[in-house]
Amino acid sequence: MNEDPLALLPEIAVLAGAVLSLLAGSFLPRRRQWVARLIAVAALLTAGIAAAVTMGGPPRTVFDAFAVDTATNTIRLVVVAATLLVIGLGVDELAGTPRESETYSLLLLSALGAVVMAGTTDLLVLLVSFLLGSIPLYGLIGMARSPGSAEAALKTYLLGALFGILLMLGVTVLYGVGGATSYGPLAVGLGDAPAAAVAVGVVGVLVGLMFKAGGVPGHFWVPDAAQASGTTAAAFLTTVPKIGALVAVYRLVLVLPGSVDWRLLVAVLAAVTMTLGNLAAFAQTDARRLLGWSTVSHVGYLLLPVAVAGRSTEALPSLLLYLGGYAVTNLTAFAVVAALPRRRSLAEYRGMAAARPCLAGALLLSLLSLVGTPPTAVFIGKLTVFTAAWDGGYAWLVVVAAANTVASLFYHLRWIAPVFRRGPAPAAGERRPFATTAAVLAGGCVLTLGLAAGPISSLLDGPLAG
Amino acid sequence: MLSLIVFLPLAAAAVLAAARRLPDAAARWSWVAVTVAEVVLVAVAVVRYDTPAGAGLAFEQQVPWIPSVRSSYHVGIDGLSLPLVALTAVVFCACAVHAVREERRPRAQAALFLFLQSVCLGVFAAQDLILFFVFFDLSIVGMYFAIAGWGHGNAARSAMKFFLYTFLGSLALLVGFIGLYLGAQPHTFDIPQLAAAAPLANSPVVGGLVLAAVLVGLAVKTPTVPFHTWLPPAHTDASAIGSAVLAGVLLKLGTYGFVRIAMPLLPDAWQAWSWVVLAVGIVSVLYGALVALAQTNVKRMIAYTSVNHMGYVVVGVGAAGIVGGGTQARELAVTGAVTQMVSHGLITAALFLLAGVLQDRASSYEMADYGGLAAPAPRFAGLFAVAAFASLGLPAFSGFIAEFQVFTGSIGVTWVAALALPGILITAALFLRAVQRLLTGPPGARSVGFADVRGREALAIGGLLVLALVVGIVPGPLLDLITPASHTVVDLVSR
Repeated sequence: MNEDPLALLPEIAVLAGAVLSLLAGSFLPRRRQWVARLIAVAALLTAGIAAAVTMGGPPRTVFDAFAVDTATNTIRLVVVAATLLVIGLGVDELAGTPRESETYSLLLLSALGAVVMAGTTDLLVLLVSFLLGSIPLYGLIGMARSPGSAEAALKTYLLGALFGILLMLGVTVLYGVGGATSYGPLAVGLGDAPAAAVAVGVVGVLVGLMFKAGGVPGHFWVPDAAQASGTTAAAFLTTVPKIGALVAVYRLVLVLPGSVDWRLLVAVLAAVTMTLGNLAAFAQTDARRLLGWSTVSHVGYLLLPVAVAGRSTEALPSLLLYLGGYAVTNLTAFAVVAALPRRRSLAEYRGMAAARPCLAGALLLSLLSLVGTPPTAVFIGKLTVFTAAWDGGYAWLVVVAAANTVASLFYHLRWIAPVFRRGPAPAAGERRPFATTAAVLAGGCVLTLGLAAGPISSLLDGPLAG
Repeated sequence: MLSLIVFLPLAAAAVLAAARRLPDAAARWSWVAVTVAEVVLVAVAVVRYDTPAGAGLAFEQQVPWIPSVRSSYHVGIDGLSLPLVALTAVVFCACAVHAVREERRPRAQAALFLFLQSVCLGVFAAQDLILFFVFFDLSIVGMYFAIAGWGHGNAARSAMKFFLYTFLGSLALLVGFIGLYLGAQPHTFDIPQLAAAAPLANSPVVGGLVLAAVLVGLAVKTPTVPFHTWLPPAHTDASAIGSAVLAGVLLKLGTYGFVRIAMPLLPDAWQAWSWVVLAVGIVSVLYGALVALAQTNVKRMIAYTSVNHMGYVVVGVGAAGIVGGGTQARELAVTGAVTQMVSHGLITAALFLLAGVLQDRASSYEMADYGGLAAPAPRFAGLFAVAAFASLGLPAFSGFIAEFQVFTGSIGVTWVAALALPGILITAALFLRAVQRLLTGPPGARSVGFADVRGREALAIGGLLVLALVVGIVPGPLLDLITPASHTVVDLVSR
């Protein structure tokens, strides 16, 4: 009845794109690897169009394991747009390199993992999507083939294995006490299950998913990987995996019974994550590592609506809005980093405003957006997320988050200040037209998303399936 | 009309920022032209302004923005905001004229100040909390770049301190706004609707906490004791026009928030906490004056007198919340507070522009470096003396009208407000001493060859002072604007 493969057209398109670009890449000479890129882009565009067409349709569940509703469709669009942007900002770096087509293939597979994770309503599929999203990441991080990237890849791999096992443990326990893996029956089954066992299972699954989200306690790999991997991979891994993971957490917590105080667990994870991410970012001098820690802190804010899932009508729309706004903002910052490959430390950004005014403008927009300055994308996200959290009874968490926002201003200013200071600019590297274009485009989107938040948020207001 | 006033400078800023090949002179003169056009537009608005009935707004405009949280682009002006809109246009115009010989990146500076002008006008015009916050926050961003980019001394550090401190305030404000939004049924960010609904009236604890958040946010911006510590370094290291805008306009964003948001939207909490507000106001008046008295640096001294002068505003709005006092006295206090905002804007902007002349000629603000300036620079001496007398509240200047009303009103409400009276005396003493040290006596180390105020500087500073004089001699039109609005505010806060 609900086995309708057409409903999964976006996922199928991405999967086909991944396989085809890998195959094409194997048979093409190196100077014609751009064909593989075209295949990947075409697959993503197909997926995006297919998702946009189904947007606004009635919510439903297919194959008893995958919800096709507003949340899934939004995440499909966000992931597709983010991956396209990642490819756009990475073309200059990747074109003509030995691993070009493999990179596209891995990007698509990991993106597919994120979408499946966001859409699934079954613990076993959740597990599969965890692996599907993680394993390509290890490859992407190691692709740079520098000592640093090897270390980061190993670290990510070991942590990924550990948290994968925790996730599996949690899934096993929940299945054991709940008697089902599909969320619908599981919710019924967990209703009268022993609270302690449910708590163990929940902690396992949540902590496992925190690895993908990049939140405490699974955050250790994020700054290392952001700093040491190639810019394309860094942009991708700080953006896309968490999109899937956070929506997955949101769907899962709605299933849990009232006997376990999961709200408090999520709230504490949120507070610790944002605080740790901000404090750790204070002392960073490397631009990418700073972004890596900043992304950790944002997971904390993103957990706010999860903590009040089901209590505030604004929770899900605000989560989706924040995810979309954050994705484009973070990718703008990485596009600027990609366009200026010679500048690594914050001090090296000195004099950039005079040398590259367009890039400086895009960087300013994205950093101000990361801080949450109006009228940018993340400001609207923060506003709605704070409102939802307060509405759901977590006013103290809003205060913690507001204080953290002030703290985050400090290290973002440490980056903005040299950009606009006069000084001898470092020798200009080669021009990177694709990354520059991506940065300017994405910077425009940061502002547009903030100003056009009204019509966009009305699109996100739909019920979950199942 | 109002949207044109708000966004014309922003559009001009965008054009200036994009036009990279524009010659410097063209950038400077187009800046002057836009600000003059703004003054003309505002003058037209003032002439066409007709006091709306009840709590209504003039030039109102509303377009849905984020319907899911009932936030809209809602602008409109009344007797509280129109004087401040006019003040903003005048101060920015004076700055543009003053900076017409600016050598350091004039195009970028013009774009930045036009941007700042837009967001300041936006704050005064906003009738929606989110819109208010958007402009409020952007004013901080703009000012950060104005200090960091065109300041001197330890500008980067001062700018950082300014940004962090005032951003903390604005986040507190945002938390308060969210509380107001959730407290109203149905949830809304619209200021007139919230004022009509008076949310959180029945929950003193939550109402008090929300007011506390809003007050902290506004107090940082105003600034009042104990949140004033960002002000002196920011002023000392900012450029002359940066300081003039910061003191003349940006500080008003905080005090304007008291009469626009805190009082009408949270009347119960305001009544409950008005004694605290009054006390903070009195302490600000006295502390600001005493610390200003101890300064040897002219700019720091003027910065601390801003704390003192803003203190009078806080005293006025604090007294207005004490319901026991007579309605008339409380209205007088509010009218005085709003007049004081305008008056302080005009006079302090002129003082900071004069301090900028010192920096420009001799790169020092230390009073000890000067002396006997009346001989080499008679025009400077004349303008400084007039500005100093205006600032200390000499009759015939706007400061007198404002402080007279604040004190008559607040002392009419409660005798406690009289504790702030010594502030006037101390301010008089410190300004007279500054006049004496700078302008009279034997010439100091840097007085020799001090070039007098030039035409454009005299025009900018003199223009501001003439306006202060006009308001002081013919206060009628301004008070006619403000009084109906303060009547409305007192009505609202007495609920």
